[in-house]
Amino acid sequence: FPGLADVSISEDIPVEGEITVPVGSRSPDEDFSTLDEPVRETIMRDLKAVGKKFVHVMYPKKSSALLRDWDLWGPLVLCVSLALMLQGGSADSKDDGGPQFAEVFVIIWFGAVVITLNSKLLGGTISFFQSLCVLGYCVLPLTVAMLVCRLVLLAGAGTVSFIIRLIVVVAMFGWSTLASTAFLADSQPPNRKALVVYPIFLFYFVISWMILTFTPQ
Amino acid sequence: EEDGEFLGMKGLRGQLGRQVADQMWQVGKRQASKAFSLYANIDILRPYFDVEPVQVRARLLESMIPVKMINFPQKIAGELYGPLMLVFTLVAILLHGMKTSDTIIREGTLMGTAIGTCFGYWLGVSSFIYFLAYLCNAQITMVQMLSLLGYGLFGHCITLFITYNIHFHSLFYICWLVVGGLSTLRMVAVLVSRTVGHTQRLILCGTLAALHMLFLLYLHFAYHKVVEGILDTLEGPNMPPFQRVARDIPVVSNAVLNTTAKAVALTL
Repeated sequence: FPGLADVSISEDIPVEGEITVPVGSRSPDEDFSTLDEPVRETIMRDLKAVGKKFVHVMYPKKSSALLRDWDLWGPLVLCVSLALMLQGGSADSKDDGGPQFAEVFVIIWFGAVVITLNSKLLGGTISFFQSLCVLGYCVLPLTVAMLVCRLVLLAGAGTVSFIIRLIVVVAMFGWSTLASTAFLADSQPPNRKALVVYPIFLFYFVISWMILTFTPQ
Repeated sequence: EEDGEFLGMKGLRGQLGRQVADQMWQVGKRQASKAFSLYANIDILRPYFDVEPVQVRARLLESMIPVKMINFPQKIAGELYGPLMLVFTLVAILLHGMKTSDTIIREGTLMGTAIGTCFGYWLGVSSFIYFLAYLCNAQITMVQMLSLLGYGLFGHCITLFITYNIHFHSLFYICWLVVGGLSTLRMVAVLVSRTVGHTQRLILCGTLAALHMLFLLYLHFAYHKVVEGILDTLEGPNMPPFQRVARDIPVVSNAVLNTTAKAVALTL
């Protein structure tokens, strides 16, 4: 609009008024407003979503529920519980185990970020947080393995217990890798799946190594 | 005078207001462009990750075969996926080599040491050799150097993987010479093909060969001792001794490595 090029508002005219948007009829369904529902309902909705994703991880099928509504509550809970269980071993030593918790935490999140960046650089169509969500949720089998290892270690720390722990950890490691591959590999170009699966394999291998070499003091 | 003063104040206020608005705009623009360049950095790396699995496999195998033609500059693929995965694999192998020990309490520190060692070697030695190549007029770019050295770590991964599972002292020396030697020869041949002049070739390739072979020796022998030194200084003398991989090291080299490693660990 060339005619409007020289229009200007002088600075001493105040601009004020009232902006109102005419509202139509009040919308009949009040489900969109979740402010009025009881707190229990809100929490249960989120818990149910997290629980549903746990079930998806334990029985990995090619569904997009994990990807569509991503959330990071599950990975946070899993990461914190894994780091807490890995820390308990050094409770009697001189250092307070603080750095150990932080190291596990940092390694899990740093590893997940590196894998996500790698899959994005290889041409993946998945978003950053979706990938973090999947990788975090697939730590669930390894957390279960950690729990089993701690229970086995309560009974004793001999060769038999080592063999049991080895079998459990290897099985859960395979489960984790397969579960995350089932979700993540679809977002890659078909001939590059191996390039994305390999760092996931290394990531869960390192976590499994941390679980297997855990010895309580 | 009154008018001038009036105008002066009003002008001053208006000018201050405009300057503040300008500054806000500049800061906002700077932050936005910083954020944009941070995001765009990922796209800068994208061409270096454009590989197929077949290509990665071929380059891994090629990294063990020294080229014969050194009068013609050899092609180096400027790719970062393979080297990055090899560095992470080396970290995983280093951690796997410590699974036989029962005294691991602070896995986090060991992990930090492993990651620091491997990445430090890859990035540090690449930069150093790139700097030497710049001095010796060699035709190689930084990405190509990173890629060459990264693929050269494939020999290290193989050697360490074998010798962590089969604890034979002489087997390690054979692997060190053969496998380490082959990958070093390949890197040296590629660099020689891209450098002119005998002195320059000697400097560049001698440095790279020495660093590469010594790193493998270090990883096998001294790395465990440095870790043992860290555990000793942190946990006190009442922990059982760390179960090392190489059990029959000759006494002289043992003592030398021990003292240097303890000195290094104490200064850490």
